[in-house]
Amino acid sequence: MSEFRMPSLGADMESGTLVEWNIRPGERVERGQIVCVVETQKGAIDVEIWETGTVERLVAEEGQKVPVGEVLAVIIAEGERAEGEKAEGEAAGRETPAEPSIPEASRTPSPHAPSPRALDVSPPVPPHAAATSGRLRISPAARKRAAELGLDPADVRGSGVDGSITLEDVERAARPAEGRQAALSERAADAHAAMRQAIATAMARSKREIPHYYLGNTLCVEPALAWLEAHNAERPVAERLIFPVLQLRAVALALEAVPALNGWFVDDAFQPAEGVHPGVAIALRGGGLVAPALHDADRLAPDAMMAALRDLLTRARQDRLRSSELTTAGLTVTNLGDLGVESVQGVIYPPQVALVGFGRISERPWVRDGQVVAARCLHASLAADHRVTDGALGARFLTRLTDLLTEPERLWPT
Amino acid sequence: MTTQTIAYREALRQGLRAALAGDERVFLMGEDVGRYGGTYAVSHGLLEEFGEARIRDTPLSESTFTGAGIGAALNGMRPIVEIMTVNFSLLALDQIINNAATLRHMSGGQLSVPLVIRMTTGGGRQLAAQHSHSLEGWYAHIPGLRIVAPATHEDARGMLLAALEDPDPVLIFEHALLLGAEGTVEGEPHPMELDHAAIRREGRQVSLITYGGMLHKSLAAAEQLAKAGIDAEVLDLRTLRPLDDAAIMASVAKTHRVVVVDEGWRSGSLSAEIITRINEQAFFELDAPPVRVCSQEVPVPYARHLEDAAIPQVEDIVAAVHRLLG
Repeated sequence: MSEFRMPSLGADMESGTLVEWNIRPGERVERGQIVCVVETQKGAIDVEIWETGTVERLVAEEGQKVPVGEVLAVIIAEGERAEGEKAEGEAAGRETPAEPSIPEASRTPSPHAPSPRALDVSPPVPPHAAATSGRLRISPAARKRAAELGLDPADVRGSGVDGSITLEDVERAARPAEGRQAALSERAADAHAAMRQAIATAMARSKREIPHYYLGNTLCVEPALAWLEAHNAERPVAERLIFPVLQLRAVALALEAVPALNGWFVDDAFQPAEGVHPGVAIALRGGGLVAPALHDADRLAPDAMMAALRDLLTRARQDRLRSSELTTAGLTVTNLGDLGVESVQGVIYPPQVALVGFGRISERPWVRDGQVVAARCLHASLAADHRVTDGALGARFLTRLTDLLTEPERLWPT
Repeated sequence: MTTQTIAYREALRQGLRAALAGDERVFLMGEDVGRYGGTYAVSHGLLEEFGEARIRDTPLSESTFTGAGIGAALNGMRPIVEIMTVNFSLLALDQIINNAATLRHMSGGQLSVPLVIRMTTGGGRQLAAQHSHSLEGWYAHIPGLRIVAPATHEDARGMLLAALEDPDPVLIFEHALLLGAEGTVEGEPHPMELDHAAIRREGRQVSLITYGGMLHKSLAAAEQLAKAGIDAEVLDLRTLRPLDDAAIMASVAKTHRVVVVDEGWRSGSLSAEIITRINEQAFFELDAPPVRVCSQEVPVPYARHLEDAAIPQVEDIVAAVHRLLG
């Protein structure tokens, strides 16, 4: 038995509001499955679970504000037995019969056998629609509507009497995105202020605690652009790569060479990140910023990386990021080139230990083979935490990054 | 048209007066209806106005004077029999059920009994277990009778007039708690049709289905619920037999949730009949189990606090709706 807890979706998150459960007691969950939506200062986040098993019970209720680390649900890992199963065997014959009439059914015990300990510490768990008998607790009107909508009512979470599924539940389930959008726009003003506050806290902490050092390099991207143009020439518009894919790939490969820039400074020590998942700084419409991780950037082929980046951008703007994307990045990449600036001196997102910044691609005088030529150039910068790395290591990283972008055939060696 | 604010008892009297004035076949008969002016002062002044032949005091024998009313009706009169309370009507059950309700059928349609019986029903006045019950649901069980329960002032005077036009026996149940309540009526008394329930308050989230004395508690509950953001519809059944199924089902189809508020006891009650019909006719409209607010299954107590606890109150209705809406 394990407890699924409110994750920390950022260094400064203290609590989150459970917006919606996607699971119900008795249901099987897979590692990586999105099990709930949590509203944070960074917006609504799809939270994944990292254990495969069966949901024993939901502890937190929708709408409840839950501190980081508090139990949201209890999961029975694969192979484990539920508390209730054991008790049932022992108490055979004493099982409560199905309640015949509806109002009295509110006394129906919750599905797990009540151990005194559980009763002492847990808030009462509202019985779920499916929990009390094999038959789904759904109102006739809701059942009819679900059939009309072609919806499987077993997937709908009940909010009615005794956890029954109501008409409204079915209709809400039929338009989850709409409901979510409406709820979000309602809270938009608040959410914006909250995000501003989150950024303020994180950046102030960064500048207060992290001794930044900065390195920069201007590099010629003619070869990289030529590679990109050649790659795209054979493809329809929808499948073309954009330059940031190359930048992220170069960062990912350079991090393999200098892993000390990929991780977190926690409790006065460096903790390396597992895997290469650079955070991608994404400016949101209406203000604010998120930096979700692009997972496995060192292992994705060009097209897969483009798809992953597009997906990340889309979901960031739809407020549909996943919890893992907010917790796994050990470094952030910011690209302000689109906005016309030459260079970036970044502020590290704590507890990460580095930030890579890219400016715009512009034509400048460039010396090649003793000749001044016009060439498209780019400024790449590194802001790094001096507690973890020194300039020499930072320089090695930036040089490596420069090499990779200058010799693009090394990005995806065949 | 003039609007008057009058007591419910005055509205009943206006109905009686209009009936007596409008049709010389109409007469009023019952215990203390004449000289005493009616136990609840409904017929006060009518003896002086219409005389002893038409405002007739009777012996304390419900069976006798109800039977006399049936006989008069069979012979072309339009009697109004007043029985002091529904509890006492049990003494006339044989006449009402075995004669009034059956004669049209047993005579193959040759005889009709155009009789109106008025009686007080309900508790809430500390009159204890022999004067406080709500047995209209029992009468609503009987084919051959029409059962009506005027809850508004306009219905109090108008349903009597419509009942007198009915060729078959009509029982009118007047809730004791309403007698002193003030309300408005428009213009002169006029017949109020007996076939349809009335929505007394429009709502979208839950239907409070009720009648008679419970209408006002239901409306008060709806007011409280509105403050809590719950939009309740209140349906006044008006006629308990035959029930206006169409109006009930239309309201259920709109709100998908039902609370039946019935001062009768729960077991075998009118509320049971209503919910059964909803299950039969509107099952797929239901979004929650139908709920009943009924009297506790005890003889209605005398002590005030016990009587209050035994009879549905506004808070009970509000609580039932909250439970229903989860």
